[in-house]
Amino acid sequence: MAMAALRREGRRFAPLISPQPITAVRSSLISEEQAPLGVRSISTQIVRTRMKSVKNIQKITKAMKMVAASKLRAIQVKAENSRGLWQPFTALLGDTPSVDVKKNVVVTISSDKGLCGGINSTSVKISKAWHKLNSGLDKETKYVVLGEKAKAQLIRDSRKDIELSVSDLQKNPLNYTQVSVLADDILKNVEFDALRIVFNKFHSVVQFLPTTATILSPEVVERESESGGSLGDLDSYEIEGGETKSEILQNLSEFQFSCVLFNAVLENATSEQGARMSAMDSSSRNAGDMLDRLTLTYNRTRQASITTELTEIISGASALEG
Amino acid sequence: MFRRATGLLARPLLSSARARARPFSTDLPVAPNADESFVEAWKKVVPNLDPPKTPLSFMKHRPPTPSSIPTKLTVNFVLPYASELSTKEVDMVIIPATTGQLGVLPGHVATIAELKPGVLSVHEGNDVSKYFISSGFAFIHANSYADIIAIEAVPIDRIDPSLVQKGLAEFTQKLSSASTDLEKAEAQIGVELHSALNFALTG
Repeated sequence: MAMAALRREGRRFAPLISPQPITAVRSSLISEEQAPLGVRSISTQIVRTRMKSVKNIQKITKAMKMVAASKLRAIQVKAENSRGLWQPFTALLGDTPSVDVKKNVVVTISSDKGLCGGINSTSVKISKAWHKLNSGLDKETKYVVLGEKAKAQLIRDSRKDIELSVSDLQKNPLNYTQVSVLADDILKNVEFDALRIVFNKFHSVVQFLPTTATILSPEVVERESESGGSLGDLDSYEIEGGETKSEILQNLSEFQFSCVLFNAVLENATSEQGARMSAMDSSSRNAGDMLDRLTLTYNRTRQASITTELTEIISGASALEG
Repeated sequence: MFRRATGLLARPLLSSARARARPFSTDLPVAPNADESFVEAWKKVVPNLDPPKTPLSFMKHRPPTPSSIPTKLTVNFVLPYASELSTKEVDMVIIPATTGQLGVLPGHVATIAELKPGVLSVHEGNDVSKYFISSGFAFIHANSYADIIAIEAVPIDRIDPSLVQKGLAEFTQKLSSASTDLEKAEAQIGVELHSALNFALTG
């Protein structure tokens, strides 16, 4: 009761003693609605709520990193096993990204979910660069988009150039049958002279290499093999089976597309999980840093409020005595 | 002072011995790892972005056509979910092409063969491993490298004969009762596959 009386007296004198520091501290820490005028003790409530939310974010991002790591392990095995699939085609037909054709179709592979770093933006930038590279008189470039993220980015300025867009590729675990049906769909509905598959090849958990694989239509293959160059010795190969060479080349081109697309989709999915892992890891680290800084602020605020209270009491007491 | 002299004398001897054991990296054959004209064209149009990598930079090295016929055939047998055999040296392979069984020996002429469902047998010395493969493609290159790409492959001993018989009966019945062209085609494929399986098990 005596203490309460002293405190009441202290309150009357405190503003005369040191008005400036208190208001300065108050304005920096307390917003208007939270601290109505007249409340003296500085609230640590706000800092505490911020700390709680940052800690929750840190827990969530850590969990997401663990999930991405486990998914990465599973799909990395599949991607590495499928790497032998495209090598025979490149050994036979060579790799001619600089081939000059009229109708280009760029197949952009991206993820459906976000929070995976910059891999989707890289793929979209490269697709747009291919569009620019192949622009000119009677040359056209169309897009086939796999995945929601690239569709969202490409639809903003190239809406009329998107021929086909596919999403929810990873609802069921990726397998060759699904990809070959997709490849069949694309081949039936899109006319092309050259297909460019743009994806991120998985090099390591922290490095993803943007890659483009080129697949030529059978007519272009015939044209290039006749004119010589890297496909020049295609004519020296005997053909077994089928009636004509063009029929075999047609089957070969379609088979090549489905194999290369399968490998590309797996590599991109692996890169997505790896990128998500590193993005979530840096996010949890940032949250940890933020939490450290907030803890320091919290302690400072707490000590300042204790000091203020003590000062008020002591000055009140000394005012009564003397 | 003398210690350093002995060190200096020892080093040239060691390095020459090392050079004989392992070639310098500049002596190895250089594989082209990027299409130069593509990189040039890219840099002109989009100078701020690095050009994307192409499959050429990830290719494993393949030797050029030798002047004399090599003794062994190098086989790469790949499936979408595994590389069954990769650069394995064998004596002969027999592949089920659409025109019939094709035996491939080292020095075989360069061929592109379309495959039908059947038995692939790999002969290495005295052991023969047989796989039943679904269709695919086979490329035989002039440097005695054979690439066989199939969608599915099982070793013959893993196939259950009773299921084969059941499947054959089922698809023959479907073929006779098929009405649309699509159903007929599907039933036809089933019948061909199961009869090939049957032949593989018995023949």
